[in-house]
Amino acid sequence: MNTTTAQTNPEQMVTADGTPLKVSLARARSRARNRALLLVAPLFLFILITFFIPIFSMLFRSVENELVGQALHRSVPLLQNWDESGETIPGEDVFAALKEDFTEAQETKSAGRPGRRLNYEKPGFSSLFRKTARKAKKMEPPYKAAFIAISEKWGDVEYWRVLKRESGNYTKSYYLAALDFSYDPAGKVVKSPGTESIYLKLFWRTLWISLLITVLCLILAYPIAYLLSTLPARSSNLLMILVLLPFWTSLLVRTSAWIAILQQEGVINDLLVWSGLLDDGNRLTMIHNQVGTIVAMVHVLLPFMVLPLYSVMKTIPPSYLRAARSLGANPFTAFVRVYMPNTVPGVGAGAILVFIIAIGYYITPALVGGQSGTLISNLIAYHLETSLNWGLAAALGAILLGGVMVLYLLYDRIVGIDNMKLG
Amino acid sequence: MSLPAHAGKIETIWYYTFRVLCGMIFFFLIAPIVIIIPLSFNSVPFFTFTDAMLSLDPAGYSTKWYTDFFTDLNWQGAVKNSFIIAIFSTIMSTTLGTIAALGLSRSEMPAKTLVMGILISPMIVPLIISAAGMFFFYTKIGLASTHLGVILAHAALATPFVVITVTATLVGFDQSLIRAAAALGASPVVTFFKVIVPLILPGVISGALFAFVTSFDEVVVVKFVGSYEQRTIPWAMFSGIREQISPTILAVATLLVLLSASLLAALELLRRRNERQRGLSPG
Repeated sequence: MNTTTAQTNPEQMVTADGTPLKVSLARARSRARNRALLLVAPLFLFILITFFIPIFSMLFRSVENELVGQALHRSVPLLQNWDESGETIPGEDVFAALKEDFTEAQETKSAGRPGRRLNYEKPGFSSLFRKTARKAKKMEPPYKAAFIAISEKWGDVEYWRVLKRESGNYTKSYYLAALDFSYDPAGKVVKSPGTESIYLKLFWRTLWISLLITVLCLILAYPIAYLLSTLPARSSNLLMILVLLPFWTSLLVRTSAWIAILQQEGVINDLLVWSGLLDDGNRLTMIHNQVGTIVAMVHVLLPFMVLPLYSVMKTIPPSYLRAARSLGANPFTAFVRVYMPNTVPGVGAGAILVFIIAIGYYITPALVGGQSGTLISNLIAYHLETSLNWGLAAALGAILLGGVMVLYLLYDRIVGIDNMKLG
Repeated sequence: MSLPAHAGKIETIWYYTFRVLCGMIFFFLIAPIVIIIPLSFNSVPFFTFTDAMLSLDPAGYSTKWYTDFFTDLNWQGAVKNSFIIAIFSTIMSTTLGTIAALGLSRSEMPAKTLVMGILISPMIVPLIISAAGMFFFYTKIGLASTHLGVILAHAALATPFVVITVTATLVGFDQSLIRAAAALGASPVVTFFKVIVPLILPGVISGALFAFVTSFDEVVVVKFVGSYEQRTIPWAMFSGIREQISPTILAVATLLVLLSASLLAALELLRRRNERQRGLSPG
């Protein structure tokens, strides 16, 4: 294509069918762009439907709060006129509407779920809702007295404050709980008492264990990546198998291997007892605690550090070190001042990758972590499977995901997503 | 990195210390995988070396955990499910991922980094979050506790690996070959199968292997999206370790190590073939 002519005299350039070259070129470009988009579209839609929509709708549960408002749809609007800062409970009109609501809830059997929902905020709501729903139909006016006769909780202004606060369509209480805040009896946001503030502690533990694992991986990976990149191809390919075989081996295989090694009757304890270094009575506890989590996770994640380091070190010419030596640097100075700065991209790539994987890890801590070695993912799983507090699980998940996304952007800055390599 | 002839005493000591250190790290990497192999031939139901095993007494060894694995319906069901789910999700993710990679590596593709970032995110998002989201959504649309549900979920998790490996192969792909094929009269379909596919095949296959392993090794999503009917090998191992720990798990683990060793060999062959084709190495 003769671009110089096109630039100097664009009007006169026409294609065979008579359209100006500029128009024709733009058309061809947009056709090519559409073709590229069309190729990407199927996967994009697939990921959107099978992955993004599920995750976003799950995260939405962390603010969603329609249960109470729906079940008590007559009384909740009336409740908005009530002043919760005072010490008096709402008037007769609210109670009359509440009677209708509970009668309907009993017929449709829908009093249980909002009751359980409010129970997360203040224990006692679940039984209160069930009891009230059972007796609602036979209630006689005046309703205020009739409700209080069923349970004194209806006369307690603290229950009413919680009910009003959590009757809207959205709530921030899950996020507050996930960050160890709660409401005091007057309805103010306060720091949870020490015994209940478990989530921040677990977030910090997750962060520092992940950081420790990252640092340990770096310390272990650096020497072997250096060795692999400097050995002749034949021997380095052989040694590389020792890195790649664990990388390709099932996570559960490696975790069960560590159970066999670290447990009380395991290989290490047996060796120590056999060699006389340890008394049979005081075998070491190395599993179902933080030690187990850290050791097994370092082993699992080490290849993720070795591979990026290796691929960067491979590109550093050995002549750099020789040049430094010939200019008078001793081996140590040459290594620290010349070689190490060149490996920074690999260190960054490996460290962020290991940290991202570690921070969301679930399987290994669940199997070898015990009490002290569990991470935030395990708590999310607990709220999903056992306590069934899905809103709180979603809030914890959203905070974790936010952290991971920040790291992902950082990884993109340092390495570039399109430069990611595997194996 | 061999020791230079002029090396001084300190350098010589450091040279050997360094090698010993590296040896220890390699030992740390490989020992846990090697150690389960003899343990899986244990004759007692524990994860330990017995005295009989250490004195190489044949009575200390047995293959009963392998017999157990090959006859137990719980494990055999898991093997069947693992292969069905892994094979179908590999086909799905390899097809979608390869086509997308072809689009992504065109120079005309707009917002390439953003799209790539989105397509790779299933690899980055913590599994527990993906699993939770899929659990709620797939329950709502009736795909929870079905093979199809687990296959779709695994395909989503595996596509990033295919996209990454195929895009990496396409970096060295000469786009003018496509124009050459077209100029010689080949239709786009013929060009795709006769020109593009043979050249990117090593990347596609290694992407497919990654996808297969991702699905074959995945347990969190299966646990949430699937049920006992969809139990896979990792699922059975996970609940086995939690409930009643038996050396059958180590027998399974040994078989899985053999499987990953053969996968590794396959991948290495592919890498060599790819390098040969691109003329990167003479061998």
